[in-house]
Amino acid sequence: MNILICIKQVPDMESKFKINADGTWYDRADLAWRMNEYDEYAVEQAVRLKEQVKDADLTVLCIGPDQVTETMKKALAMGCDRGAHIADPDSSKREPIEIAAMIAGFAKDKNFDLIFTGMQSQDRGSAQVGVMVAELLGVPAVTTIVGFSYDNGTIQVKRELEGGSKALVTVTTPVVLTCQLGLNTPRYPTLPNIMKAKKKELLTLAPDAGGVGPRQETAAFYFPEKKGGGLVLEGDVPELADKLIQLLKEKTGVLA
Amino acid sequence: MKTLLVAEFREGKLRAEYTQLIAFAQQQQAEAAMFLVGAAGELPRFNGSLYLADMAKYGEYNPTVHKQLLLDAIAQEQPEQIVFLHSSYGWDLAPRIAVALKAAQISEVVAVEDGLPVVPVCNAKLRRKIKATTAQTVLTLQAGAFGMDADPAGTPTVVAVETNASGKVQCTGYEAAKIEGVDLTKAEVIVSAGRGVGKPENVAMVQALAKALGGEYGASRPVVDAGWVDHNRQVGTTGSTVTPKLYVACGISGAIQHLAGMKKSDFIVAINTDKDAPIGEVANVLVVADLKQFLPVLTEKLNAR
Repeated sequence: MNILICIKQVPDMESKFKINADGTWYDRADLAWRMNEYDEYAVEQAVRLKEQVKDADLTVLCIGPDQVTETMKKALAMGCDRGAHIADPDSSKREPIEIAAMIAGFAKDKNFDLIFTGMQSQDRGSAQVGVMVAELLGVPAVTTIVGFSYDNGTIQVKRELEGGSKALVTVTTPVVLTCQLGLNTPRYPTLPNIMKAKKKELLTLAPDAGGVGPRQETAAFYFPEKKGGGLVLEGDVPELADKLIQLLKEKTGVLA
Repeated sequence: MKTLLVAEFREGKLRAEYTQLIAFAQQQQAEAAMFLVGAAGELPRFNGSLYLADMAKYGEYNPTVHKQLLLDAIAQEQPEQIVFLHSSYGWDLAPRIAVALKAAQISEVVAVEDGLPVVPVCNAKLRRKIKATTAQTVLTLQAGAFGMDADPAGTPTVVAVETNASGKVQCTGYEAAKIEGVDLTKAEVIVSAGRGVGKPENVAMVQALAKALGGEYGASRPVVDAGWVDHNRQVGTTGSTVTPKLYVACGISGAIQHLAGMKKSDFIVAINTDKDAPIGEVANVLVVADLKQFLPVLTEKLNAR
């Protein structure tokens, strides 16, 4: 089986964000970077599938500046066989359709049986790229999967729906699957596997969206206004606890 | 602006959230039509054209077929914008339509300012206002961002849509949500654990505070996914939607899916080390403190009362 996993490097969401000089995105300086959380589930599911069927080849693809190879190494250490880095220092300016076109351009003549990716990224959060890749390639896509099983070319997945119910869906390869949090438990790479990952093939490719350009642009980028006017309490822990208890007595009926 | 609203049908029922689409259209003073793969016996209350395909024939989740039905409705209606809910149905179908129409897609719209859609970035810490550069635009609306003041009214004019398209994705059934055990929707006080609790052992501190306040404990999604707390205690879009008298969010940053499940609580206390966490937007009181120090002290003082 030939499997592609598409991952993204994103900032840690607990970071203190600043807005970049031209006011279109967050400033990339001084941030801690990691693998998009949704993509960790995609990598894990692909590795588990390889463990099940044995005969499988896992390519992990990532678009971005050179620093994204650090995140790709984690995917290789988790069990992917090779990396394909589309070296694009301007990836953060790309709209979902451009990213999808680059991925589809890479994948189109490689006969992938399965493409796994996260259902969205933690920073842009469009939830568009995976489905767009499938549409550009002309293969089915199933989004937001929280359950996966594979048997001889037939795939059964569970799609997460609002309110906690799930749709049971059957599909055959080739297919694009977008992974939701909780699909599995992503493994931590072991030290021997981290060492092995350093020797794995890492291809570098030029970005090529095949002539697809952006269809939207940023009109403004800003921090939301703080609303509600909530009270902020800071200081010494015992004092904070007293203040909070006082407030709960005044404002709620629960300490009566 | 000519607008086509995409309503949803699931497990044999019209999803009530279609009213959010109407609210959006009204706010924009848009000329709206609606599309639904549903049933003639359960029509949305709406004055305007309803492009209706038969769910019994085409299925509830059959992306290729629904895409074709919707493209046919778009060809007839010629809308400038096609509006979905940012839901498991909407985020699955919308990109397929955007690719087919070569249209801009703008996801999870929370507001429209100066005529332009605004979307959250980085877990709602930032906002981006977007200008589409294509003639047609595909939008998905964040759950709950647009609401109606009054109940919807009206009777649509049904336009039947049909297709011979077939798809390779087959929805074979549904698995119901597990709701045995605790029912958080009935609790008057809920103390919830978020990722900020750090490790499973620390969930006990949250449980202890819940007990001291005479309430139940809950959790945000990451804590449930990690297996530290059972799913029936999850608060948010894919868990319970709760409205207790007091909601205490411990180490919860405030992802929109969580906020949607608890923001209507009477009184909200957030305990977080990050003053800028989005939970601060809905909290009545934000206590800036380390949970591991603050929770035991607070619990002890409450128990000593």
